[in-house]
Order: sequence, then structure tokens, then C-alpha cells
Amino acid sequence: MNVTLRLAWRNLWRNRRRTWLTVGAMIFTNLLMIFLISLQLGSYDMMIENSLRAFTGHLQVQRLGYLEEPRLRESFNGAQALAEQLRSRLGVQNVAARAKGFALASSEDRSFGIQILGVEPDYEPRVSSLPGLVKTGSWFSSEAAEEIVLGAVVARNLKVGVGDEITLIGSGRDGSFAAALVTVVGLLESGIPDLDRLVAQMPLRTFQAVFSMPDQAHMLVVELGGLDQVAAALQQAQQLISERPELVALDWDVLQPGLKQAIQTDMASAWFMYAVLIILVSLSVMNTQLMSVLERTREFGTMLALGIRPGRLGRLVMLESLVMSGLGLAIGVCGGAILALYLSQAGFSYPGMEEMGAKFNLPGRIYPAFTLLALFWGPSVLFVGAMLATIYPALKLLRLQPVAAMRAV
Amino acid sequence: MSIPLKIISVLAWRNLWRNYRRTSIMLLAIVVGVWAMIFMNALMIGMVDGMVKGGIRNLPGHAQIHHPAYRDDPSVVNNMPAPAGDLLKALGSDGVLGWSARVRVPAVISSERDSRGVILLGVDPVREAGVGFDLSDLVDGRFLEAADDTGLVVGAKLLQRLETRLGKRVVVMSQDPHNNVAERGFRIVGVYSAELDSQEETFIYAGRETVQKMLEMGSAISEVAILGQDYRDLSVWYPALEQAAGSGLEVRDWRELDAFLDTMLGVQDGMALVLIVIIFIALSFGLVNTMVMAVFERIREIGLMQALGMRPSSILYQVLVEAFILLVLGLVLGNLLALLTIAPLESGIDISGIADGAEMFGMSTVLYPALRAGDMVMASVIVMVLGLLSSFLPAWRAAHINPVEAINKI
Repeated sequence: MNVTLRLAWRNLWRNRRRTWLTVGAMIFTNLLMIFLISLQLGSYDMMIENSLRAFTGHLQVQRLGYLEEPRLRESFNGAQALAEQLRSRLGVQNVAARAKGFALASSEDRSFGIQILGVEPDYEPRVSSLPGLVKTGSWFSSEAAEEIVLGAVVARNLKVGVGDEITLIGSGRDGSFAAALVTVVGLLESGIPDLDRLVAQMPLRTFQAVFSMPDQAHMLVVELGGLDQVAAALQQAQQLISERPELVALDWDVLQPGLKQAIQTDMASAWFMYAVLIILVSLSVMNTQLMSVLERTREFGTMLALGIRPGRLGRLVMLESLVMSGLGLAIGVCGGAILALYLSQAGFSYPGMEEMGAKFNLPGRIYPAFTLLALFWGPSVLFVGAMLATIYPALKLLRLQPVAAMRAV
Repeated sequence: MSIPLKIISVLAWRNLWRNYRRTSIMLLAIVVGVWAMIFMNALMIGMVDGMVKGGIRNLPGHAQIHHPAYRDDPSVVNNMPAPAGDLLKALGSDGVLGWSARVRVPAVISSERDSRGVILLGVDPVREAGVGFDLSDLVDGRFLEAADDTGLVVGAKLLQRLETRLGKRVVVMSQDPHNNVAERGFRIVGVYSAELDSQEETFIYAGRETVQKMLEMGSAISEVAILGQDYRDLSVWYPALEQAAGSGLEVRDWRELDAFLDTMLGVQDGMALVLIVIIFIALSFGLVNTMVMAVFERIREIGLMQALGMRPSSILYQVLVEAFILLVLGLVLGNLLALLTIAPLESGIDISGIADGAEMFGMSTVLYPALRAGDMVMASVIVMVLGLLSSFLPAWRAAHINPVEAINKI
């Protein structure tokens, strides 16, 4: 072991209690930050995946302008053929065409205006989590079945159940009168009232017939394995539609701009608190190191008199802080890793989370992320903060006069 | 020999400034900690307050009265008679700022270009203006003028979706209690804007009597929305209202109408406490350390004082008074700093840059941080009590050293 390092190590343990109190502050802060950051990252992942799987998918192809003004007539031709091309191009099956329209749904004794989604019965379950939530009844029997799947709340409001018929009245793409009689085959229960009040899906072929828009759809929805594949897939999709200038490919960030902003806002406000904690701990380090420098004034004076350069004394103090912060980092990260690893398996829940989760489409239990980022993000900033805080006491050493220092009380 | 408090205080004060650097750094830490507690709390309260107020405007009201089946099945069938007799009297009681009897039914609105599902509100404009509709939200045209007004007021976003404009006619279609489709043409006389797009797309306002006539429901209504003074305290008028409504009607306050808002409020109160405690813990390591050092470096002096006859209790007080002075200074400065930094922000922080994200949380685009005296007191009391508690250990140790050993320490 190098002499300066050995000196630093021994100096630290001259006053055990003080060192442990400072290291303890670091361990506490590091553990807390690791816990909170891994919880945050875990919930963001879930929030993104859940909302994307429920609604927009990772990627969509739409007509230019549909995003701003989602109107029935903003549809495009050859939708299913294009979906097939996109599937072979991307090498995945998780591509589905959708159409969106609006109609007045009437049962025997109720009428409501509802938004209707036309979906491809074979592909929709691959891109969306909603078909999997059909708890009563079943999914569509065929590609052009005159059937409809309703959200549980919609069905309750219409007073219909599986097997009942409802009439749909609206206007078609060409402005014609659109009407259809469809059978309710399935009820979708997500447990999220806002969602169950919204959903009404029918097979795309049937939708096209009802709304007189043969072979057309409003969007192709692509669901990928993870967010990291979006950029490459987006490029592929853009190449595919390069000959059709009326179409655009949009990624999830454009489709759901609120999602990223909500996450960034949440992260920023959390970092405000982390910054405060880090400043507090850094001040504590600064205080400890200042004290330990001041009480060793005579000793340092002697060392200077013996020919040690002031710079080396400064490095000694920096090294002491480095060892202390290193200890705090190592113990904090080890403890945090165990905690995060356990929670990432067992999950974490607190009272009131179910209601909050339901609002943001999250399950009642969060599985924190166990990643290097979650483990080291907070603690490494604290480490830097503690080192910066030591600069002030270390600088004091550079101005030390040996003779005066040796005489200091 | 017991030493008067005055002398102990002077001693403590002087001791603090013997090492002004250490005291200043510790003071800075306390100030930053206290400031952060209060500042973050004010932001959080502003956020939740905004969400709750937005939610209450959306409901609207602090309480609502319905037909017992209406909330589950919001159909025109589940209507109730207009308030009369005892109920009317209860609605007129002190504490009720305003109430509005409304027809509220799902409907379809169609222009020449497009149609949408909306919620049709039949309102009495004068009453509604105090409860569910803010006249300053009107961006074009006029609001309804009377309960038999035949005009229609719609949101700006809906107008855009329907590709129509002020002065145009639209058709509103709904269902009457006998299960027949009822429809009526309306002229758009006013356009409003709301904090959230979804609100603008959902609610359309028409005269109550006009809607009652269109739906053939006589003088029946769907709901009464009631606005009180303070959303946190409904006790002045709510119980009387509940009694007056009787068993035939369902009375619900906003906490029951929107469980999410209630949860948010509870979570926020809990979070405030957690925040204060977490910041305090980070602070307490430094505080204990400072006090331990202050005692340690004076150990000979303390031993001498004891040898001269000072009682351990006086030494204990002296160290505690030192911590007390440090905490009081930190709390005063921290609170002042919080006041100074929040005051200029109270007129609102514009967060429209993250409007889409804010909308996901049901927040408006302006955040009003709210400094509440109660929160400042809570933070200060917690810091003071916990601070003195954590200084007790070093103080206790200082008071119980062996004088002979201490004097002989190098």
C-alpha cells in the first residue's frame, strides 16, 4: 500500500465515531436513492409498456395529418396489404391495421354515442393487451363477423350482455348513412373504469363495410419487443412507405407525447430532492474534513517542516474523503443492490397505490428496476458531491505556514 | 452549584462561535434542509391542490345529489325531481356557496361534417355559472342567458373536431325516458376553453328547460351539484343536506364521487411527512457529528468545569442549548428563505412546456405553490424536536465524563 493511502486510512480511524457518522450519512442517502430510483425506473418501464400495449403500440403508420385531426375520412388505401408488407419487412407478426370511427349504439332500451375501433381479429391480440382482457364471452369468430366486443361499463350502460344485439348508426366515410346490426360476443374488463367505458371493437372487415371504406384503415400499429428496437423499426417503416408521401411513420413518443413528459417531470422533481440530500451530506463531509484538518494543524505544520509539500497534504485530505466516500458508495450500493434485487422479485406496494395505479394504467404492485443505472446513478453523484466538498478544507492546507502551524494551539 | 439559564445561554452562544466555520457550515446545512422541506411541500401542495380543484370543477361541485341508480347507469331514466321543500331549504343554508340543478345525459352531436359522443348538460345559466362553468372560460360568443335559452355552448376542441363554427347549427341526439330517440337542432352561441382538452370535447351546455322539453322529462333533473366554501371541510352543510335529501336520493361528497382525488390528498399528506423525516435524517448525521466534535474538543475544559463544581445537569443543558440555538437560527433563516423564494412564485409557475405530461396527471398548465403556515410549523416542530433528541446523546456523554480522566486527556 502506498504511504499516502496508508496515512489516509489510519487518519480516518483516529476518530472512528466521526468517520462512521459521515459514512453512515452516505450509506443512508445511497440506500434511499437506490431504492427510490429503481422504483421510479421500474414504474416508468411499466407505465410505458402498459400504455403502449393498451393503446398506441410502439410505432404507427398513419396518413399525414391524422394525428392532429383524427377524422374518419383521413384513411388510407390498401391497409391490410401494407400491413402484410410491413410484417415481412420487420420480420415480426406484431403488426395490425386499425380503423377508428364513431357511432350511436342503441340497445333495446339505451342509446349511447361510442367510439368504435375496427381491428384485425388475427393480429390485434399480438399488438394490444386489450383482447386478452375479454373476461366474458369470446373474441371474434371470423375476419368479417358481424360482431362487437364492448367494455364492461359500456355494456352495462347499454344494458346488454353477451349474445345481445345492438344497432350502430353513424355516417360513413363518403358521408352516406351507416347502419349495422351486430352481436355482442365479448365483454372486456380491465378494471380501469375509464378504459372500460371507452372500448368498442369490431372486425376491420365489418367496420370497412359499415363505414363504407373498403380496404382502408386509419393506422398500422406495430408492437415491438422493447423500446430499444423502435428506432430501427421506424427507419424500416419509413423506407417502406417512402413511395407513398401521404403516409407517415410515428414512434410512441410522438403518439403519446404526455408519457415522456410525465416521466421527465417526475424524474426532475425527484432529483430536486436527491440534490438536496446530496448537498446536505456533502456539507456534512465538508464539516468533518474541515474539523479533521483544523485539529491536525500542528501535525501538518510538522510534516511541512519535515519537507512534505503542501500539495501532498492536500492530496492526503482528498484521499481521506475518497476512501470515506468509497466506503459509503460500496456499502450503500451493496445494500441497495440486495434491496433492489429482492424488490425486483417480490414487488413493492404501498397503501393507495391501487387507486393511483388504476388512474395511470399501472398494476397495484411495482417491480423496481434492477439495473446498473438505478444502482449507480444517485450514489455516483453523491460521490462527486462529497469530493467537491473536500476541496475547501484541502485548499486551506495549501496556505499553511509551517512555523505558525506548529505553534497553533 | 446550579448555573442560571442566562449564563448557560451566554456560554453556549460563545462556544458556538469559537469555531465559526463549523457552525456556519452546519447552519447552512440546516437552512438548506429546512428550506427544501418547506419549498418542496409548497410545490406538492400546489400540485395536489390544482388536481383536486380541477377534479372538483370537473365533477362539478363538492357534493352531488342523484337518483340512486344514476351513477351506475347515467341514463335519462334515472332522474330526480327538482329540489323542493326541505332539500331546497338545506341548499340555501350557510356554507353553501352555490348549487345547480342539471340535466346530464349522454348525447351525440352532429355537424354537417362529423359527429361525436358528448355529455349534454341542461343548465340554469345563472346557477351554473357559480358551480360548474366559469364565465371567464368563454372565448367566443356568449354563455346561455336563461334556462329556456335555445342556444348551445361547446368547447373549442369539439368545435374543431366537428369542423363547424360559432353561429352554425348542429343536431344533438339523445334518448327520452320512454326510450325514443330525441333530437333537436341547436345554434352554437358560445365557445369555451378548458384546462384539459378532454373536457372541451366532452361537455356541451344548453338551457335546462330546453333540454327538459326536448327529452320530454317535465321538470325532472339528473343531478344537483353543490359547491361549499372549502373542499377540505364540508361538515357545515353536508350532514343537513344528506338528511334533507332523504332515503329516495343519493347524496355523495367529492371524496366518494372521485376516490382518486381523495387518495391523492391522503398520499400528499403522508408524502409531506415522509419528505420532512427523510431530509431530517440526512441532516441529523451532520448535527450529531457537529455536537460530538464540539464536545470532544472541549473535553478538558468540561472536565475542569466539573472539577470546579459545575453540575453534570448544567453541562447537559449547555450542550442542548447550543444545539437549540443552532436549530433556532437554522429554522428562522430556512423559513425566511422559503418565504422569500415562494412568494414570487405564488402567482403561478407556468408549466405549459410539459402540458401533455401534466394532463396525464390531471393537472392544469399553471402550478400555484401554496405556502401554508401549518406546514411551516409542522416542519419546524419536527426539526426542533428530533434535532434536540439527536443532540441529547452527545450532551449526555459530555455530562457524564470522569473529570479526572478528562483533565488529563491530551
